[in-house]
Amino acid sequence: MATEALGWWGVPLGIIAGTLRGSAPFLFVSLGECLTEKSGKINLGLEGTLLMGAMSAYGVSFLTQDMVGSFWAPWLGVLVAGLSGMGLGAIHGWLSQQRRVNDVAVGIAMIIFGSGLAFFLGKPFIQPQASQLFTFNWGAWSSIPAVQSALKVSPLFLIGVAIAPLMQWFFRSTRWGLYVRAVGDSPDAALAMGISIFKVRFLSIMAGSFLAGIGGACLSLYFPGVWTERISSGQGLMAVALVIFARWNPIQCLWASLLFGGAQSIGPAFQSVGIDSYYYLFNAAPYILTLVIMVITCSPKRTLIGAPGALGKSD
Amino acid sequence: MAIAQAPNPSPVSWLQRWRQPLEAVALPVAALLSALILFGIFCAFSGANPFAVYGSIYKAAFGNWSAWQNTLIRASPLMLTALCTALPARLGLVIIGNEGALVMGGLAAVVAGLQLGTGLPAPLTQILMAIAALCGGGLWIMLAGALRHYRGVNETISSLLLNYIAIALMNHLVEGPMRDAEFVTKPSSAELDPGLWIGNLPGSRIHFGLIYGLIACLIAYVLIQRTTFGFAARTAGGNIRAARIAGLPVGKLTLAVCFLGGSCAGLAGMVEIAAVQKRLNASLVSNYGYAGILVAFVSRHNPLATVLVAILLGGILASGGILQRSHNLPDATVLVFQGIVFLCVLFSDSLYGRLPWFQEKAVS
Repeated sequence: MATEALGWWGVPLGIIAGTLRGSAPFLFVSLGECLTEKSGKINLGLEGTLLMGAMSAYGVSFLTQDMVGSFWAPWLGVLVAGLSGMGLGAIHGWLSQQRRVNDVAVGIAMIIFGSGLAFFLGKPFIQPQASQLFTFNWGAWSSIPAVQSALKVSPLFLIGVAIAPLMQWFFRSTRWGLYVRAVGDSPDAALAMGISIFKVRFLSIMAGSFLAGIGGACLSLYFPGVWTERISSGQGLMAVALVIFARWNPIQCLWASLLFGGAQSIGPAFQSVGIDSYYYLFNAAPYILTLVIMVITCSPKRTLIGAPGALGKSD
Repeated sequence: MAIAQAPNPSPVSWLQRWRQPLEAVALPVAALLSALILFGIFCAFSGANPFAVYGSIYKAAFGNWSAWQNTLIRASPLMLTALCTALPARLGLVIIGNEGALVMGGLAAVVAGLQLGTGLPAPLTQILMAIAALCGGGLWIMLAGALRHYRGVNETISSLLLNYIAIALMNHLVEGPMRDAEFVTKPSSAELDPGLWIGNLPGSRIHFGLIYGLIACLIAYVLIQRTTFGFAARTAGGNIRAARIAGLPVGKLTLAVCFLGGSCAGLAGMVEIAAVQKRLNASLVSNYGYAGILVAFVSRHNPLATVLVAILLGGILASGGILQRSHNLPDATVLVFQGIVFLCVLFSDSLYGRLPWFQEKAVS
């Protein structure tokens, strides 16, 4: 009704709404991947981590909502999502640092393992309705329902926005941030400084996976707010490409996430005003955007500015 | 025995000579066994008797002729999709666009089959469909290879993104321009003419796709191991700078190998359409592509080993239904098992050359 009354204005409004909602998982996963890659390892398995986080957040919120109430249950879910992500990250962190083991291959294996585990454990949670996270209703001033629902902002999104500058500060101004950058840029120098490369990478991957797990919680407890097996549809992988686009800079990860969230909402926004003949092609927009961005930003002749020196090199 | 007449006729030297090749067989087998044990523990945690689960998998996969047929039907697309990862891997590229190449191959084959219809003799049309499928899948993966070579785009990520784009394209076509309005079960293209279907091997339910898979693996093996082209590809995969200095056309090699790999997955798409689905719809996306990545890594990108591993994994996939019915395990159990196998095999890679028993000792 309301959308029809808005007419064509529904499209930009839908895209803004979708950007606010859809960029949260991108933001968390890309910040996690940024931290991981700064230490010199790639974690492609964040796709599996995202699914596992989405499943465990939803499951925990559903199972505990009678015990701790419907306000705290989803927050417990968010915490468990992060911890389960950390568990998967521990496997990746340990295995990808073994001799002759390629971190990309481990990532592919972790996608299969993580998504398999999420689908296996998540089977009972496909039907029931779990408590959702509360949202800030910043649209209450408007009388138009579409505007109201568009401006429902999740606290998780705001936390993500806050983490980006925090991570920037961490890399620039703290001792631990220096360790991570040293290990990622020049493992030999880090070794000479007396830093344990294994430990720094292991912890970076674990922390990054914690963030990615929370990104999964954004999917299942905020938007779209259900648990299905198709919930992530490659967002974990797009986030990996997004980090390249953001040149390993947390602040730019934030802008890139907003861009991707917006691209993702083009299809549903057009569908809401009645144009659905190209629905599937619009839905492919984020993938095409990722590919185009990678084609533009990458170059075969030089390494990218900001790329950690040891990234993608076997040790 | 011939060994006994060798210049140094002692059983010790025989063992010595075979220790290192033995390592290449023993480690993957040990990885598979430890994956089985871990999977058993996982099953025990979810309340199923692991030994009963093993028994069911064996029975459903290799228990009798009917089970073997189920297994082989699933193995044939796996052999083909595995080559999509295995061939570029010899060049040092990690391509995981198998699913997308399969979809593009199936799409191209259906378009060719529906356009040509019954105007030409059926065998000729089938050959043209196969060529369309080979080109569809091949060009799709070649795109990832070209982006890698000319723009330095990470081929793993780009090929994965191409999966989603291919699936979206197929969904768009079967919902819109290619939709058969009379078929209401789910959005699909029109059915292929029965004359264009791929038949079964005599006396079985196994379709001829199995033969395609076996031939493709054999050709791939010969190409990689026994030709100068394969030697050049392996050289470039081993040390790309040395290959450039030696004057090898690395770019052309990349494109050609990616095309060949993708065309194998494309052929798998055609086989699935013409032998199983008979029309194009979302059922074509059934995870054969992702399972093919696993097959390629477990077989260490060796096309002959691919045949064996594909049959093994085909059996595991065939047992998915029985796990659900008689052990009350969700269908994702098979996916968990695949993940465990993948992780164990990767870990076993790090053990090469580390176990003292397999090292050649200096014969005094």
